Amino acid sequence: MSVEGRDILFVSIGLLALFNGLMVVTLSLVWLERKFLGRLQGRVGPTRVGPFGLLQAVADALKLLLKEDVSPGPSARAIFYVAPLLVFVPGFVVWLTIPFARELVVRDLELGLFFFIAFSVLSIVGMVLAGWSSASKYAVLGGFRSAAQLVSYEIPIIMALLSVAILARSLNFVEIVDAQGTVPYAAVLPLALVVFLIAGIAEVGRTPFDIYFAESEVVGGPFVEYSGAHWAVFFLAEYINTFVIALLTALLFLGGWRWPFGELPDVAAVALLLGKTYAVVLIIFWIRASYPRLRIDQLMGLGWKLLIPLSFTAVVAAAVQQFYGWPIWSLTLLSAAALAVPCYLQVRRQREPAMERARRYARQAIAHRARSAPTSDTPQVESTAG
Amino acid sequence: MATTDPQFDSVDMMLNMGPQHPATHGVFRMVLSLDGERIVGCRSHIGYLHRGSEKISENETYGQVVTLFDRLDYVSNLNNEHVFVRAVERLMGLEVPERAQYLRVVLAELNRVASHLLFIGTYALDVGAMTPVMYTFRDRERIQNLFEHVTGARMMHNYFRIGGLKEDVPSDFASRVRAVVADLRKGVDEVDRLLTFNEVYLARTRGIGVIDAATAISTGLTGPCLRGSGVPYDVRKDDTYEVYDRFNFNVPIGEFGDCWDRYWVRLRECYESLDIIEQAMAQLPEGPVMAGGRRIARPPKGEVYVHAENPRGDIGVFLVSDGTDKPYRLKVRPPSFCNLVALEPMLRDAYVADAVAILGSLDIVLGEVDR
Repeated sequence: MSVEGRDILFVSIGLLALFNGLMVVTLSLVWLERKFLGRLQGRVGPTRVGPFGLLQAVADALKLLLKEDVSPGPSARAIFYVAPLLVFVPGFVVWLTIPFARELVVRDLELGLFFFIAFSVLSIVGMVLAGWSSASKYAVLGGFRSAAQLVSYEIPIIMALLSVAILARSLNFVEIVDAQGTVPYAAVLPLALVVFLIAGIAEVGRTPFDIYFAESEVVGGPFVEYSGAHWAVFFLAEYINTFVIALLTALLFLGGWRWPFGELPDVAAVALLLGKTYAVVLIIFWIRASYPRLRIDQLMGLGWKLLIPLSFTAVVAAAVQQFYGWPIWSLTLLSAAALAVPCYLQVRRQREPAMERARRYARQAIAHRARSAPTSDTPQVESTAG
Repeated sequence: MATTDPQFDSVDMMLNMGPQHPATHGVFRMVLSLDGERIVGCRSHIGYLHRGSEKISENETYGQVVTLFDRLDYVSNLNNEHVFVRAVERLMGLEVPERAQYLRVVLAELNRVASHLLFIGTYALDVGAMTPVMYTFRDRERIQNLFEHVTGARMMHNYFRIGGLKEDVPSDFASRVRAVVADLRKGVDEVDRLLTFNEVYLARTRGIGVIDAATAISTGLTGPCLRGSGVPYDVRKDDTYEVYDRFNFNVPIGEFGDCWDRYWVRLRECYESLDIIEQAMAQLPEGPVMAGGRRIARPPKGEVYVHAENPRGDIGVFLVSDGTDKPYRLKVRPPSFCNLVALEPMLRDAYVADAVAILGSLDIVLGEVDR
């Protein structure tokens, strides 16, 4: 067998292993989410199928695969069926280059981070196409919302990753983890960590940013018309993307498979990485249980007015530190200072008596509405009389 | 955004929301005209749950009509029974035993708390918070269990009778009410801490669906929706009935008339209702729970209008009797129906996401809107 042939074989086996691994990860995430949310909400979560309800997710997956696959009559059938793959495949392909340990990676690309960004952006196309091809107004609304949201939140994600790349002087995941040495980047660039995590949650559309499939507004958004296996693919993609955000947080900011007390044996290293990842996942679930959903304009405001400036600050800070060769703690200071400003504003807000704060919110919202009120050419609300 | 360029013709999108939309709380239907995500027009359609309760009443005896009232506002059944039996009693000039009056008030206030808890939970769900609904259902369940213990049914109680109650409460009623009230205080506190001043929740509900006091009055809003606009109108205070004048309670009001104020009023009312329950249980006299006299109500010829403070607002019953054992005509003024009138002015220039928050804050029950 030629070298190339062996290479293709290796990658194929790797992809197969990854695919199966990700299935298990998804099932574990579904179970974990349901159990964890149950605990937070004063209930027990699934208990009936298997011990501790462990097989509930498997049962649900089987049910989905056996369900009739319905597509709406006026839908653009071909696009309708391709769209789930357009969402899933990019979310899956990025795993090619993500390492679980120094040697445990399908393809250790030099431009790993770039590869990740390039492919994760692609899933937006799938979302919009899914919304458009469903021939449902809710789906269209959800599709457009997803386009707006995902495009806006790509920028802070990319900028946060860029600052890490500048710091590590590499786009290779393994090298970035190794560059962190004993001090994880969470301590060096807390700013980038916060921006990445918030934008990441928005990117995978989890509460409080689940605007594009908001159950109570657009009833599932782009996915509203999907059923059975095609819906399952979207579902799978959502969980895989959640996991990738958590895993990247662990790799790029929490030191990956390393800990501050020397080298770990391989198995322990992978376990450590997964432990960190699941910890981040739990935080994401915890946020989901605590917050209502933002409105689309508030989401845009948060992204463009806060996260993007902060992420650019992180890039500039990292670049300046690297260019002048300042000691690493100076970057911590810079980054923490940049983070302190919004934190301070928030703390000051929280200190205010709650009722006062609520009043101020009302006054601001009313004033905002008065400012942005449409001019007379906009038709007024029709009356139902008659 | 609409453009001023005459060359560029933009068409508003019609979005049909309901009757099978999760945020319409039943079978309400709004046809929204959208300019992007902004609402420029709204047409509401009702009637999907019309069962003709008022007409059916004309063929039922007065005692049987109580069961129809259970099914109007099906999350505050006892409050509905209450207003109907009071109407018949007024027509007959019946004197209800004091113990029955107290027990009615206790049960009706418990049902008010249950109804408000349901509102708080589902409203949080409407704006995207998934946890409060679990807490409030847990607490509502305590009330439902108590009701089951007392009346034998969880929802359709048929417990209030013309002239009193079906039977006296079980012997452990007082201790169970005390336990439930203590649990409820804790539970409502918990939801309050989680939700009320949450940044995102404030951002989603403050300044949304604003309706000022004058408009609120002129559109016929009542109940928490009216009080949210700062009008302290409460039938229990302003046209007091049964033994409500013997209790010390406040009427919480809002300030801006927005969604959050309507939520806030309901939240505070839970505490006020719990206060009333405690006071009533402390004063609860012994004695019969049913007025003497004939078993079958046969009010004299005449008509009567009686209203009461339901969790959703001012419910009114207009009853015409021709002297037989069946009503000649029955008309209900359902608060949800009248409150819905305010929906369209509130939706003006709101976003789609706000439409859900605004409709939710009106807290309609379609069983009552459509009757």
